[in-house]
Amino acid sequence: MDFIRNFPFFGIMLTMLAAIISLPMRGRAAKTISLTVFAIETLLAASVLIYTVHTGESFVYIMGHVGAPWGNELRAGVFEGLMAYFFSVVMLLSVSGGLKHLRLDIEESKRNFYFVMTDLLMGALLALIYTNDIFTAYVFIEISTIAACGILMIREIGRTTLAALRYMVFSLLGSGLFLIGIVLMYDLTGHLLMENMRLSVELLVLSGQFRIPLTVAISLMTLGMAIKSGLFPFHFWVPDTYGYSTPASGSILSGLVSKGYILILIKIYCRVIGWENLVQIGVTDILFVFGLAGMIVGSISAIHQNDIRRMVAFSSAAQIGYIYMGIGLGTQAGLAAACFHVLCHAVTKPLLFISASGLADASGGSKLFRDLQGSAYRNRWAGIAFTAGAFSMVGMPMFSGFISKLLFATAAVQVSVARMLPTLIVLAISTVLNAVYFLRTVIRIYTPAEQEIQGSMRIKWTQQRSYILVLLVFIALNLILGLFSQYIADAIQLGLSMFS
Amino acid sequence: MKKTTKTISNKTRSRVTAYLHAWLFGEEDIYEDVFNREERPLVKARRAMDDPHLDQFNPRDAFEMRAFQRAYNIAGIVVCVVMIVAMLVTVSWLPRMGAYYNPNNNEVSERYIEKGMEETGAVNIVAGMILDYRAFDTFGESCVLFSAVCCVFILLKNASSGAAAAAEEDDRIYEPKNDVILQRIATVLVPFIMLFGIYIMFNGHLSAGGGFAGGAVLGAGMILYLLAFGFEKTSRFLNEKVVNAIVCTSLTFYCLAKSYSFYTGANGLHSIISKGTPGDLISAGLILPLNIAVGFVVACTMYSFYAVFRKGGM
Repeated sequence: MDFIRNFPFFGIMLTMLAAIISLPMRGRAAKTISLTVFAIETLLAASVLIYTVHTGESFVYIMGHVGAPWGNELRAGVFEGLMAYFFSVVMLLSVSGGLKHLRLDIEESKRNFYFVMTDLLMGALLALIYTNDIFTAYVFIEISTIAACGILMIREIGRTTLAALRYMVFSLLGSGLFLIGIVLMYDLTGHLLMENMRLSVELLVLSGQFRIPLTVAISLMTLGMAIKSGLFPFHFWVPDTYGYSTPASGSILSGLVSKGYILILIKIYCRVIGWENLVQIGVTDILFVFGLAGMIVGSISAIHQNDIRRMVAFSSAAQIGYIYMGIGLGTQAGLAAACFHVLCHAVTKPLLFISASGLADASGGSKLFRDLQGSAYRNRWAGIAFTAGAFSMVGMPMFSGFISKLLFATAAVQVSVARMLPTLIVLAISTVLNAVYFLRTVIRIYTPAEQEIQGSMRIKWTQQRSYILVLLVFIALNLILGLFSQYIADAIQLGLSMFS
Repeated sequence: MKKTTKTISNKTRSRVTAYLHAWLFGEEDIYEDVFNREERPLVKARRAMDDPHLDQFNPRDAFEMRAFQRAYNIAGIVVCVVMIVAMLVTVSWLPRMGAYYNPNNNEVSERYIEKGMEETGAVNIVAGMILDYRAFDTFGESCVLFSAVCCVFILLKNASSGAAAAAEEDDRIYEPKNDVILQRIATVLVPFIMLFGIYIMFNGHLSAGGGFAGGAVLGAGMILYLLAFGFEKTSRFLNEKVVNAIVCTSLTFYCLAKSYSFYTGANGLHSIISKGTPGDLISAGLILPLNIAVGFVVACTMYSFYAVFRKGGM
């Protein structure tokens, strides 16, 4: 067996070990360990990606001396490698871009806990990406739920505690529904390993047995993950959770954690239920409708905000709508577009959150638009980065958002007229709405300030070198996704074809 | 009269500007000054300038809010009833419990039952399943406990020791300190409880029990001791550093030991861990040490939950 096949397992165990040994450490040591582990994980995931592209097939890794279906199993293909690579890069960049605010927002004695939580989150996300066993997925969903609440409430102002409470209620509801779905599926198929479940599901569908419980199980799993990732109408926890947490947490939660849940859902759809059965049951129709509604409602709510962080947060709700709309198209092309948008949003949203925090720093810490006027002159690099992120979300050519919108539109043209028309119309409306609120913000931060705001100051590049580096890498990732999209889209196609 | 016309014309004009204003500035967030302690004085002053009547009006008393609250309650009940009915209908369609043709009577459970002892060395098949066949899941579960402890610390830990002492003092106002009856009973009971917990932990691979159950009993014993004798006594052998060290060591051991076993298993290498004779106390390979590690994690989790909830520290 090639040594590279151990890498998914190494990645998960390394991040979990880093979390455990960070507990008795001081904040600074824990930070070093975290960033090192994320960097190592980036390399490991890149090797897995290159290896699987090279061999052209996926591989399974037995966790223990007894193989599946008795023991646990990991599985890695091009899709898993690609997602793990981007997730670890974004994790590394989000944490290092938010370091300054971590010092300000988190009490000295609790700083190590923040890195314990981010390590746990990274481990849980990797396990969600790589697992081939549906119960392992549930266990790591639990870890990511708890750790996500942790990184949210560690900034101890009243509003984050409230947001954490609401997030926890929604999140636990989602986990509970997902668990009931898993229990029903186990009862019907007798397996927890994805391949064996798939075989049993095929038999059940052919024989027509247990139709109702099967439908309920699939719906419950979908509902649970939709609640946890913030699909309309379950997006009410989104603005406070992303808007008031410390910038690094906002980036991680919106960029990665909600995407982890979507990825495991896609995996279940493709590898457990089977795409044709899913379309036949009609889950995709429901996801399609709510995805479209989310695209509009999220954007309209974003227009109403007076606070830059809450605006970006509501825009996340709209982007989650895009992803579910892509899944709801019910075709492989739609699914591939949704996967591309997962990546696009994962690299763009953290960029927006982190650059918005830089703009706020230059405006006396205020996140209100009226105080942010002219902030792009006070902190030039943050202004440029925010503009780049906004262009990507609006869908300007060259940036990643353009490609994902193009892929969605291309996928929509290939389906029936009943789906094509709503998709294209809503896509157009949503793009206009995106432009309304993102370009308004860009215009505003580049309008010279009429009066001096208390506490505002000019931040020079010498004061924030590492921060600027993070922003530049984020912009570069965005451009890479936008300019070399063909390779990424091909890799996603290849990865999805390895699923079945 | 003149004044009214002026207000009206002002109103129409202000509506246009208000839309422009809303586009440029966004609308006010109604919760802003209710929850956000940091910005409160500033926001309040700003609002008071805009609207002098603000203080007399609570948004919760508005008709819309009350109507919304009522509709919300009704919708909540409807959703719950629908879910309950849906779940009951689903359960009635499931395969019959315990029937021989059930899908989960398959090769998976067959091998656990028939070959479990031979392959894992554990007489208790459940221990063999959770700590050998599916040890990765159990590692995840232990990390769930670990992350829960960290979250409780984040939420409740006091920054200064003075605050911790004050919380402890405040907590004991209505409770007698050093209650004699409690102390005498605890003196008799605690050793037996602890011993029983350790017995469950160490016999996890031989009989019913294991790390989770034994750890819970051990933790309960420690909490009883704390209740009877207070933090002064317990903090001599159990303070935050010790608890952290125990949790950290146990989980690190779990992680490294199991990583070794996963690595050798997956790569088809020879493992130095022997299964021993099933039935012996020292047998079943890694299951016994892993049970002990899990037990320590569970006990420390319970104890630190209690301590942190009570006075925000240990």
